[in-house]
Amino acid sequence: MDPISLGLRIIQFTAPTAFAALGETIGQKTGVLNIGLEGTMLVSAYAAVVVSGATGSAWLGLAAAVGLGLLLTMIQAYFTVVLASDQVVAGTAVNLFGLGLTSTLFDLGVAEGREYSGVAGFEKIGGVIDPVLVLLPILGFGVYWLLFRMEIGLAMRAAGEYPPAAESAGFSVIRLRLWGQAFCGAFAGLAGAYLTLGISQSFAQNMTAGRGFIAIALVTFGRWRPGWVLAASALIGFLEWLQFAVQGKSALPIQLFLALPYVVALFVLVLVGKGTQQPQNLGVPFRRKG
Amino acid sequence: MKVLIRYLVLFAGLLFVVALTLAAFGLDVVQSINYLWRGAAGDSVAIGRTLVRATPLTLAGLGIVVAWRAGMYNIGGEGQYVLGGIGGAIVAKLLVGIAPGVLSVLIILAGAGFGALLGAFAGWLQVKRGVQVVISTILMNFLALLLLEWSLRGPLQESKGQTFVSESLPNAVMLMRPDRQSDLHVGVFVALLAVVAVWVFLKFTPAGFRLRVVGESASAARANKIDVGKTQIRAMALSGGLCGLAGVIDYVGLTGRLADGFAQNWGFIAIPVALLGGLNPWGTIVSATYFGGLFAGSEVLKRFTPIGSSLVPAVQGLAVLAFVGLSYWLNQRSEAKNGSD
Repeated sequence: MDPISLGLRIIQFTAPTAFAALGETIGQKTGVLNIGLEGTMLVSAYAAVVVSGATGSAWLGLAAAVGLGLLLTMIQAYFTVVLASDQVVAGTAVNLFGLGLTSTLFDLGVAEGREYSGVAGFEKIGGVIDPVLVLLPILGFGVYWLLFRMEIGLAMRAAGEYPPAAESAGFSVIRLRLWGQAFCGAFAGLAGAYLTLGISQSFAQNMTAGRGFIAIALVTFGRWRPGWVLAASALIGFLEWLQFAVQGKSALPIQLFLALPYVVALFVLVLVGKGTQQPQNLGVPFRRKG
Repeated sequence: MKVLIRYLVLFAGLLFVVALTLAAFGLDVVQSINYLWRGAAGDSVAIGRTLVRATPLTLAGLGIVVAWRAGMYNIGGEGQYVLGGIGGAIVAKLLVGIAPGVLSVLIILAGAGFGALLGAFAGWLQVKRGVQVVISTILMNFLALLLLEWSLRGPLQESKGQTFVSESLPNAVMLMRPDRQSDLHVGVFVALLAVVAVWVFLKFTPAGFRLRVVGESASAARANKIDVGKTQIRAMALSGGLCGLAGVIDYVGLTGRLADGFAQNWGFIAIPVALLGGLNPWGTIVSATYFGGLFAGSEVLKRFTPIGSSLVPAVQGLAVLAFVGLSYWLNQRSEAKNGSD
């Protein structure tokens, strides 16, 4: 394989987790830990396949996935941000719901003879690059610009670091956090859509296989900075690619390669620890006084 | 009396969520609930099935209770459950030939021990290295599942080497089954004992008190000279031990061997079980029995409709959100009431 197509292949494996991790970065910067990525990605992945299969258009599939990702995450955000309930609890509920919903719909669909494979993917630009992959660096830069170059980004970060400061500057912490979750949901939708439409062109039960959780780990790994989060995603993407590259060719057990992304993520977290980069109020519900 | 009413309301609420989910998937609600009921409580075999499913849910649910009450978000019940099974299988393989009763006990202890080690490791990572338990335990779940897959293709594979399962335990080592017709085994009593033990521990012992204080407010705990880190690591060890116990009891009580599909999400499903049980031991066994019944029932539902146990997580997700919303609303109401007094 020539270096360019090899690189593209690795980026392809990087993309789903990278999109999800970028969205999670925005959400966490505003102080909300969204554990529900995995379930949201599953729902979006399912929607992408069904809509793309029915309409023959991958772009419509993508739109449906992003819309549903947004919807599901905003429902979750209603609990975590508006009602200020426990973020891990609400996220876990969304994960369960996403898994149960898509698995059951899949069972029902299979019984009705619905096809879940061979759906339309994206038309490659010049026959080489998936257009969604082009979005990855653009969105990565966009997230950086939003969080670190725009005034609203400063307010969003304040909502995660020290909410009273954001409030006294005239911003609503609740609204800032809701915006953060909206980005997070749309990105998770994009991640789910790319997983099915960009990589497998099919859906299988629980096919996210922990990528939503890996994405959460990647945010810590990338020190809450979009560029580093992308780099960390690329490392994990490379390790995922490696599994396919060595399959059947290595004397070492395949499980060892399958375990690498998790081991590396854990190992890096152990090395860097939580550090001082973590938003001070991450995971702490905000209640307005009085 | 108040508790009874609360459980009845919860039960009715959950039934409503189930009916809603069935209707949303386009099934005949009355007919489907009838199947579910038949599978869960229709006859003694069905009741046995419910109790057998409720056993790992209770044990792992207790594990979640202990960790979460200490403020440690252990999401790693699944990995600890799997490691419990692996620990048991290692002992079964190493000590083959010793007295069956002794072997059963050693298998169970090893399973709980393996789970406890994994839990303690995650706790240590958070306390000493700043790696959040939420993240580390999730990663460990995947690692434990891969370790299981690998070991079934390597050191723990059955001696013929044909299929990817471990050696079946001899009948004499398996936990006693009072009725040949049913899968019901005495591991159910282990779960019951564990409920009492965890309840006593949390409510009446100094260590349990410290655990709860740490969970409610780490700064208050520090002010009272409680070693927060140590308490958290211990809570995670106990939590992992209970989840490992869930796994090994399934191994030595139900399956008798390990396969790739050994875990079946029990450790994960135990989280909503514990949450809906109000993170207390007695609530957990009630909610575990409820969801055990739902699992048992869904096996019958599966025979007549395309839908099976994948229904359960969907119901649980909805139920947890409804529960969160409801407790928020109740809190608001009581706050408003206190405010007006």
